[in-house]
Amino acid sequence: MATAQTRTLSRIMMAPAVIVLLIWMIVPLVMTLWFSFQNYSLINPMMTGFAGWANYIYVLGDPSFTQSLVNTLILVGGVLAITVIGGTFLALLLDQPIWGQGILRIIVISPFFVMPPVAALIWKNGFMHPGYGVLAHLFEFFGLEPVDWFNQYPLFSVVIIVAWQWLPFATLILLTALQSLSEEQREAAEMDGANAINRFYHIILPHMARSITIVILIQTIFLLGIFAEIRVTTGGGPGYASTNIAFLVFRTGILSNDIGAGSAGGVVAVVIANIVAFFLMRAVGKNLDA
Amino acid sequence: MARNVSTGTKIGFTFAAWAIALLLFSPILWVLLTAFKTEAEAIANSPTFLPQNFTLENFSAVQDRSDYVKHATNSILVSVGSTLLGLAIGIPAAWAMAFAPTKRTKDVLMWMLSTKMMPAVGVLIPIYLIFRDLRLLDTVHGLTLIMTVINLPIIIWMLYTYFKEIPVDILEAARMDGAELYNEIVHVLVPMAVPGIASTLLLNVILAWNEAFWSITLTSGRAGTLTAFISSFSSPQGLFLAKLSAASLLAIAPILLMGWFSQKQLVRGLTFGAVK
Repeated sequence: MATAQTRTLSRIMMAPAVIVLLIWMIVPLVMTLWFSFQNYSLINPMMTGFAGWANYIYVLGDPSFTQSLVNTLILVGGVLAITVIGGTFLALLLDQPIWGQGILRIIVISPFFVMPPVAALIWKNGFMHPGYGVLAHLFEFFGLEPVDWFNQYPLFSVVIIVAWQWLPFATLILLTALQSLSEEQREAAEMDGANAINRFYHIILPHMARSITIVILIQTIFLLGIFAEIRVTTGGGPGYASTNIAFLVFRTGILSNDIGAGSAGGVVAVVIANIVAFFLMRAVGKNLDA
Repeated sequence: MARNVSTGTKIGFTFAAWAIALLLFSPILWVLLTAFKTEAEAIANSPTFLPQNFTLENFSAVQDRSDYVKHATNSILVSVGSTLLGLAIGIPAAWAMAFAPTKRTKDVLMWMLSTKMMPAVGVLIPIYLIFRDLRLLDTVHGLTLIMTVINLPIIIWMLYTYFKEIPVDILEAARMDGAELYNEIVHVLVPMAVPGIASTLLLNVILAWNEAFWSITLTSGRAGTLTAFISSFSSPQGLFLAKLSAASLLAIAPILLMGWFSQKQLVRGLTFGAVK
């Protein structure tokens, strides 16, 4: 059906999108690579020229890098654990016969639409503030000492905020998947006398497996780049206690004006994301054929 | 859902679901209530639930002190502008791939998606320097361009999955009836494509509105969007809790409403069509 004419036409129609994304993919990335091998500091303009691996040695060798890498893993892993387990549980609950299901769906998804700085500041000032936060009042009510969350447990506090934002996403995706499980399948299982736990393990969980995979992979992509939540709450501190790789690059490149070292960190971030992306693309690609 | 359960079980499930949902919603409720309290009441030692002295002065204070309207305007310009620009580039591309697919269409789609995987910090520094040299730092059009590019893969993917569902047979039927190409597009295809385009538009406005990385790093006072504006509250001076809530409420309310309407499409958009 595709004549030469339609082929030419569709190429023209695709050209703007392809060109824009091609430029976006190549130009900045090549520049980052280039800068990462240069001596380039906005503070010290006298320092120029080829740096070899010096920037990489500087970034990778600094204890702040190891800590940021570990923090990134804790942040991604912690949020994933909370959102996937909590989301599965919540989706199962919302799928039960309950009153007000439609309204509940809307209430539960709401945190996902709250912009990251607002989410972070609500938690920082309204809930986790040691003086007048809601949690401080609650602790006092039960006769406990209020906790200074961002100084005592900085990374944990960030995990809580981010999990609050992403739990609704996981719940919504998993609930959608759950509702596509046909009623006949469930009824057949019930007739066979399968109890709730057996039905969960042998029918519901296998049905949801693909959606859970997708939730994990998509969230990982976003969670690797967590930025605003750290910026407005802890600023990466105390010390480097809540700095992840994304924030480390920002600190090095933009706040400390070390373009070379910041770029080297950026390249490392790209490599990490690529490893994750490889698996995501395979999962999404498979679904394309279906 | 026609499962038969006892009323007792239903009450139990309903109670549990509402309890958890309200717990999740409580931070948003806190903003809603605190925005109408006085600053003194907001940090009182014995906290109140409902505002005791209902006041609207926080909203006017936010406007007077930090020009809320300007930041909101920037947010609207960037989110709507980048979405329209993205649709202008994305609709033809998605259209071509859905209706005239070739052997390479799948690879092109996957490649477009892969650009979305690139972490923003990987290109932050060159973009920052390019923007500085081209005088695009802290401008609305500069941020709009970036926002267009980062959301373009999602726009194309979403449109593609919608266009793919338009039955091609209907075109042939129209052709049999002797419809001209123009009529074919205007009377047959457009009405079928509009709902998909509308959902794509809605989701992308939401994503661009809430985008925080590029808004914070590339803008400040002049072109600052609401995400950048709210972030500036992170190091506050004096009494500010009620004002922060008022500003936050104004920043999230419109998008919350849009989100409630588009939550079904959201699933498809954010999973690149993998979950519907």
